[in-house]
Amino acid sequence: MVHQPVRKVRTVMSAADINRVLTRIAHEILEANRGTENLLLLGIPRRGVPLANRLAEKLAEIDPEFVAAERTGQLDITLYRDDLGRTGTRVPASTIIPPVGIDDAVVVLVDDVLYSGRTIRAALDALADLGRPHTVRLAVLVDRGHRQLPLRADYVGKNLPTASSEHVRVHLAEIDGDEAYYTADQVQIVDVIN
Amino acid sequence: MRHLLATRDLSYDHALAILDTAQEMASVSDRSIKKLPTLRGQTVVNLFFEDSTRTRTSFEAAAKRLSADVLNFAVKTSSVSKGESLKDTVQTLEAIGGDAIVMRHWASGAAQQLANFGWSSSAVINAGDGTHEHPTQALLDAFTLRNRLYNQQGTGKDLAGIHIVIVGDILHSRVARSNVWLLHTLGAKVTLSGPPTLMPVGVHTWPVEVNYDLDALLAQRPEAVMMLRVQAERMSGDFFPSAAEYTRRWGLTNDRYKKIANTPTLIMHPGPMNRGLEISAAAADSAQNTALEQVANGVSVRMAVLYLLLAGQLGQ
Repeated sequence: MVHQPVRKVRTVMSAADINRVLTRIAHEILEANRGTENLLLLGIPRRGVPLANRLAEKLAEIDPEFVAAERTGQLDITLYRDDLGRTGTRVPASTIIPPVGIDDAVVVLVDDVLYSGRTIRAALDALADLGRPHTVRLAVLVDRGHRQLPLRADYVGKNLPTASSEHVRVHLAEIDGDEAYYTADQVQIVDVIN
Repeated sequence: MRHLLATRDLSYDHALAILDTAQEMASVSDRSIKKLPTLRGQTVVNLFFEDSTRTRTSFEAAAKRLSADVLNFAVKTSSVSKGESLKDTVQTLEAIGGDAIVMRHWASGAAQQLANFGWSSSAVINAGDGTHEHPTQALLDAFTLRNRLYNQQGTGKDLAGIHIVIVGDILHSRVARSNVWLLHTLGAKVTLSGPPTLMPVGVHTWPVEVNYDLDALLAQRPEAVMMLRVQAERMSGDFFPSAAEYTRRWGLTNDRYKKIANTPTLIMHPGPMNRGLEISAAAADSAQNTALEQVANGVSVRMAVLYLLLAGQLGQ
């Protein structure tokens, strides 16, 4: 019989928690930017993309001049990763830049979990090949620590101290909606016990 | 997937992964900085035992756009002409530091031999072996078809229900062979047409139909008609009575072209075109002809293949 490691799962954020922190982050972005002028949101696939869309909708609710569809895109970083040889290749997702372009824009990168920082490093490289933003900010749903690069997020939904043996699992309806064990948006910490 | 040797053994999932990756690579070619850091520090060796400007340049552009280093190895000016074996040549190149070998060879099966005999640890990409296969050409043809048929919204789609007619010298054509297997894997219906003397023995075991009447086939309004080059250099005997007769029966002449002009039927050609022989100038220069798009798409498809083989192991 194959030995299966035991997994202990703790839910640390509910759908309501996620919604609340996204509302707060939307207000923080507006406050820091003094409005929505030149603002672009770029989600990092996969789960950064629905989070960027949700943030954009909240910004549009607060400031009707912000047209979410024209100011939201996605930035795929697969081809810029420095660990391709270790993790194996995958088919890259699309990079979609809003028609206004990123030159001189205030770009907010959006991702679900900030961990080593390598994804964000790759995102900064990818962004530099696409144009020259005025400013780049980072918004994440969860910061779980263990950074390997000198990077920090500007907007953090929840600081989540974790052990490096733990996994952080983010479920979002847009992506995980058809999985059997899944019920609603949530953030879980999964502990693998051998 | 460690090597790309033939489309015959390419799975549906891997074929779609290559086409979908090529779609993203194509968007890199549209922007001002046409370079990705993906293969930085890796070396791609172009080992060409036959002359080919188009394929070699295409692989070179693809490797350079992914930041790989490229070594072009022209066999004619090398020690191969002094009698060095393929094994010694390849091991020498690997000692210099090659990570992938893109090889064109006059012998059918040369790429398989290189990949399977344990002579090298490099990824091997078959850029045409004898009269056997030319897999990246078939992949770029499928990519071009998908782009035209689905208006560049083809990601994740195959070619199910599409009818493609391949015309000409099937016997000597590695492009035809690679296309037959790949198009079949992707769900398309393939019909072959051409002189009976240029049909391979055993073609009835292939997943294709054979119809010698090109006019009847064109009347069926296939989604694409792929004209093959008449390969004078591979014909050791006489396979058809005269060039004029070939053109009259299997060439895309002006008269034939007029019948499909302004219809959705695409005209494909792997190049270089013999104008006046297998294709008329009017057909060659028409907007239905995808030959130049095929060349441009070749770079995207080869970027996808190099990335999927070299950046890590696909599906492992």
